[in-house]
Amino acid sequence: MSILVGKNTRLIVQGITGQAGAFHTKQCKEYGTNVVGGVTPGKGGENLDGIPIFNSVWDAVDKTKANATMIYVPAPYAADAIIEAADAGIELIVCITEGIPVMDMVGVKQYLKTTKSLLIGPNCPGVITPGECKIGIMPGYIHKPGKVGVVSRSGTLTYEAVHQLSQRGIGQSTCVGIGGDPVQGLSFLDVLKLFNSDPNTEGVIMLGEIGGSAEETAAEYIKSEMKKPVVGFIGGQTAPEGKRMGHAGAIISGGSGKAADKIKALEKAGVSVSMSPATLGETMAKALGK
Amino acid sequence: MKIHEYQAKELFRKYQIPVPNGKPAFTVDEAIANAKSLSSTGPWVVKAQIHAGGRGKGGGVKVAKTMDEVKSYAQSILGMTLVTHQTGPEGKVVKRLLIEDGCNIASEYYLAVTLDRTTSQLVIMASPAGGMDIEHVAATTPEKIFKEWVNPITGLRDFQCRNLSAKMGFAGPQAKAFTDILKKLIRLFAESDCSLAEINPLTVTKEGNVLALDAKVDFDENALFRHPSFMELRDHNEEDPSETQAKKFDLSYISLDGNIGCMVNGAGLAMATMDIIKYEGGSPANFLDVGGGATQEKVTEAFKIILSDKKVKAVLVNIFGGIMKCDVIANGIIAAAKQLNLTVPLVVRLEGTNVDLGKKLLNESGLKLETATGMKEAAQKVVAAAGGRK
Repeated sequence: MSILVGKNTRLIVQGITGQAGAFHTKQCKEYGTNVVGGVTPGKGGENLDGIPIFNSVWDAVDKTKANATMIYVPAPYAADAIIEAADAGIELIVCITEGIPVMDMVGVKQYLKTTKSLLIGPNCPGVITPGECKIGIMPGYIHKPGKVGVVSRSGTLTYEAVHQLSQRGIGQSTCVGIGGDPVQGLSFLDVLKLFNSDPNTEGVIMLGEIGGSAEETAAEYIKSEMKKPVVGFIGGQTAPEGKRMGHAGAIISGGSGKAADKIKALEKAGVSVSMSPATLGETMAKALGK
Repeated sequence: MKIHEYQAKELFRKYQIPVPNGKPAFTVDEAIANAKSLSSTGPWVVKAQIHAGGRGKGGGVKVAKTMDEVKSYAQSILGMTLVTHQTGPEGKVVKRLLIEDGCNIASEYYLAVTLDRTTSQLVIMASPAGGMDIEHVAATTPEKIFKEWVNPITGLRDFQCRNLSAKMGFAGPQAKAFTDILKKLIRLFAESDCSLAEINPLTVTKEGNVLALDAKVDFDENALFRHPSFMELRDHNEEDPSETQAKKFDLSYISLDGNIGCMVNGAGLAMATMDIIKYEGGSPANFLDVGGGATQEKVTEAFKIILSDKKVKAVLVNIFGGIMKCDVIANGIIAAAKQLNLTVPLVVRLEGTNVDLGKKLLNESGLKLETATGMKEAAQKVVAAAGGRK
C-alpha cells in the first residue's frame, strides 16, 4: 500500500512532445511507471518511443483507460490542460508546470470542486511511490521503498530529505511534492490525511516553508487526529519580510507567514521540528525509535 | 511587480474609480507647472513616489497652500532618502513626485483586494479605521476589519456589497458610491491580474464625495505575458540591480545582509541553505536559486552576481544533482571559477548522480576550493572560511 500512485497507475503525459515533457516521460518509463499515452493537440497518431500520442485527453482516456496525467504544458495553457484532464475524468492530475497566473488557478481550483479529480501542484516535482510508480521530475534512484511518507512544498529540499532517509536505510511509502504556488491542489492537510489512513505509512516528514498558513492548518489536524509521528522543517527562517524567495508562495507579508510562528504551531501539535535541514533523517529515525 | 501610486491611479481612472486630479513630476519645474495646471488657488499635495508604504510618516507627503510651498516641498522631497517601515533602514531615494489637488477630508476608510490562500479566492478587506497602518489595525483591533470572499464562478454579489457598506457605516449615496468602487476594483483586479489592489485611505470628503486618496497596485509576475503594456510601468530605479541582472539569466536572486554567498538549485533547498548557515553561526549574503539546469553559463552568471556584492567573504555552492549529473555540474563550476579568477574561499557540496566523479574533478582542478559531504559539513566549512562563528 501507499498513497495516490502505485502499480495500478496508468499515466498519460500532457505536453509529451515538448523538450521537458519528452525527457521526463522517458525517465518515468525507465523507472517503471506504466506510461500508456501522451497528448499533444495536432500530433495525434504519432508516438514517442512507442508511446501513442493523442489529440485530446478524452481520446487518450478512451483508448488507454488512463487514470493519471502528468502536465508539462507551458504556463499560459496549463490551466486549460488541468481542466481538460478533469473534464475527461482523470483521477489524479500532476501539474509540473511553473509560472501559471494566479487568477487562472483561482478558476481551476473552483472548477475542480465540481469534479472527482485530485490535483498535485502546480510548480511541483510530482509524486513517487518508490519501486512502483514515479510521476514527475525527481531523481528516482535516491528513493527506497519503505514506510515513511514525505510531503513538501519544495523540490530539491525533498530530495535532500529522501537522501538522508535512504542513507539511514529508512525507505519511503510515497513522496508528494505539493508545490510552491499560493493556489495549489492537494494541501499539507489533504496529504497528511491520506498518510494517516495508509497502513503502510508509519511516520511522516513534512517540509514547509514561509508564506501562507497551510502549515498552521496542518498542525491543528496533527494535534487532534494524527496517529503517526511527524517530523517537520520550515524553510526560510532567515528570510526577510516582503521578499519573495523563489517560490511565488514563499513570502512573508503583512506579518503573517513567518517561520517562527509555523515552528511554534508545529511544536505545539507534537511535531518533532528539525531546526537544521541536515538532521531530517536523524530526527525521523529518533521519532520511529530506530 | 510593484508600480507607483500615480501609475495605479491612472489605472483607476481607466476603470472610473474616482481619484483626485494629479500628474507626476520628475523635476521641481515640472512640479510647479503641474500644480498651476491643476488649480490657481490650491491647496496642492506633493507626494513622494517610491515603492513603499508609510511615506506620510517619513515626511514624503506634504500639503502646500501656496505655489511657493509647492516649490519648496518639491525641492526638499525630490532627491531625499525616504526611510519608512517598508524601505528598510537604508531607505529609498525619491526620484518622482505626484502633484495632486488637495481635498477636504471628512473621514478615512481602508479598502483592499488580495488573494486569500486558505480559500483560493479573492478576498475584500474593508475597514472604517482607514489612513492608518492596516497591519497595526489587524494586530490590535481585528474586529474592525470586515471581509467578503469573491467566488470566481458567481462573482461579487450585491448582497455582499450591501453587507460591507453597512459594516463600514455607509448609507444613501455614499453606500452607492462605495459599492460602485468595490465592483470596479474587483474587475480591475481580475482583468489586470493583480496580486494586490489597495486604497488607503478611501476618503469621504466634506462635500460628501467618495474618493481613492491613495492607490497601491501589485501585478502577478506570472501573468505579465498577458499585459505587455505593463512592462513600461516597471521602474528599474526601484529594483535591486543585481536582482534585475539575475532575472535576465532566469536566476532567482535576493540580496541579504550577510557575508556568505550562496548558490543553490531549487528555492526550497536555497532557503534551507541560508537557514543552515545561520544555524551554524554564519550569515548568508543572498538567496540564489540557479534552477533545474545548472549549466556552465548559468553558474558563471550566478558567480558574477554573488561576487558583485563586496560583503561576500566566502561562497557556498550546494547542488542536489538529481537529473543533472554531478560531473557536469562540477565542470561548470570549475570553468566558471577559472574564467572569473575566483579569489574568495569556495566550498562546494554536491550530491546526486556521479557524485564521486564530480568531487574528484573538483579536487583535481587545482582550484582553491573545499568539498563537503552533507549540508552540515558544508555550512561549517564555509562559516569557518568567512571568519568563523559570529
